[in-house]
Amino acid sequence: MLSLTGVNTYYGSIHALKGVTLTVNQGEIVTLIGANGAGKTTTLMSISGVTVPRQGTVEFLGEDITKLSTEKIVARGITQVPEGRMIFPRLTVRENLLMGAYLRNDKDNVKADEEHVYELFPKLLERSKQHGGTLSGGEQQMLAIGRALMARPKVLLLDEPSLGLAPIVVENIFEIIQRINRDGVTILLVEQNAQMALQVAHRGYVLETGQVTLEGPAKDLLEDPKVRSAYLGLD
Amino acid sequence: MFEQQLFNGLTLGLIYALIAVGYTMVYGVIELINFAHGEVYMLGAFLCITFIQALGVPLFPAMVLAMACCAGIGVLIDQIAYKPLRKAPRLAALITAIGVSIFLQNIAMIIWGSRPVPFTRSAVPAAFSETAFTLGSVNVSGLQVFIYALTIAMMIGLTLIINKTRIGTAMRALAQNATAAALMGINVNRVISFTFALGSGLGAVAGILVGMYYNTLSATMGYNAGVKAFAAAVLGGIGSVPGAMLGGVVLGVAETLGAGYVSSQYRDGLGYAVMIAVILLRPSGLLGKSVGQKA
Repeated sequence: MLSLTGVNTYYGSIHALKGVTLTVNQGEIVTLIGANGAGKTTTLMSISGVTVPRQGTVEFLGEDITKLSTEKIVARGITQVPEGRMIFPRLTVRENLLMGAYLRNDKDNVKADEEHVYELFPKLLERSKQHGGTLSGGEQQMLAIGRALMARPKVLLLDEPSLGLAPIVVENIFEIIQRINRDGVTILLVEQNAQMALQVAHRGYVLETGQVTLEGPAKDLLEDPKVRSAYLGLD
Repeated sequence: MFEQQLFNGLTLGLIYALIAVGYTMVYGVIELINFAHGEVYMLGAFLCITFIQALGVPLFPAMVLAMACCAGIGVLIDQIAYKPLRKAPRLAALITAIGVSIFLQNIAMIIWGSRPVPFTRSAVPAAFSETAFTLGSVNVSGLQVFIYALTIAMMIGLTLIINKTRIGTAMRALAQNATAAALMGINVNRVISFTFALGSGLGAVAGILVGMYYNTLSATMGYNAGVKAFAAAVLGGIGSVPGAMLGGVVLGVAETLGAGYVSSQYRDGLGYAVMIAVILLRPSGLLGKSVGQKA
């Protein structure tokens, strides 16, 4: 469904992605794990067209989307929940959600999707008139995910949804991610919390200094000795 | 005397406010002080009298036409001068803005000459120069009433656009987090163009109103008004639209009272003194957000 082939992305003269190749199939949860600075966020930003790859291609549903603008990529069905959540702090919760549906003109369906988000995250309904910046970290993450769902994505890119959240909130967020996936949304999940990510994912990729060094079914990666010592803190 | 000065100050202040929102909105979305904004204000006034004199357009349609032209000019300035510098250091864009300002001033001098010209008196309704009402010792002219009504209506309209429409919400979203806005599928450049169009249209109206109020136009009129309105935007808290409105009114009233009670020679100085005092006490401006809030 979504595939990257030999993607090279630079920040100025810094070579951040050195030929990343990966595939996400329809209906899967695929996780991308790796240390800080391995290029996980850059991979997602290269898919979303925020940082345009210098070489290599990004294909979505059989079409080359490498050089498309972010707006066009979102319109085709790839939405990102960025690292650090990036909600709009001085827009209300409701306005944040409506920004997620910015490209849609089907008002009735947008309304229905808003209800659906409130059903997934009842806290957001309680706080719908509050500014996004007044929410707790967990609520902001819910808002960021809800906002992305408002675009009715085919593929959802999630960047570190567990970042800075209490363990119980993380569990809740990951349950919701699985539910969203069961509802038919394909997911590419970037995580430092490798344990959690590999438990919910079908397949995984390990990224090290801009290159994929290991890939396979999530279950196998959980058992892999290298992954266990480097990313799970087990031996 | 005090009441009279207050009403006069309000007239000036509302006009400053109309210019100041243009500065503050552009700053909000691209963090640029658009020093060419004062020139757009000047062009608005000249285009208006040109439509009246050369094409025989009546005053109000001429105002609308000038406003539309300036909205387009604002968008063009951004596309030609600022857009290529979006990723360049802020200083490059700032210097470019000063360059655009000088360029437009000189273009205006070539077209309309370097000497001040009067506003087309014959096009202005007679009621504007008469006293509309008297409040105790205060005389308020028809033009002043028109200025109050028009500027307040425009600021209400602007507030509604910013707070209630989809593009207005996108403007606020872009000002708060540009990356997130792009990730929502917001066409960032289109929203920036819209912001320039909106601010420039309002600036043009301000120019026309000042032209009528003082009955004089000059190619350099944008410089002083621009600096004043910029001060008003800073006073109110740069990036805040209600702040720019309030800042404009405060500055206008302070200046007029200063001119009335101290000396008219100190009028500009007193206006800036108020701004400096506010910035010393509240560095983020009257309604500005404190710096730490940018989550």
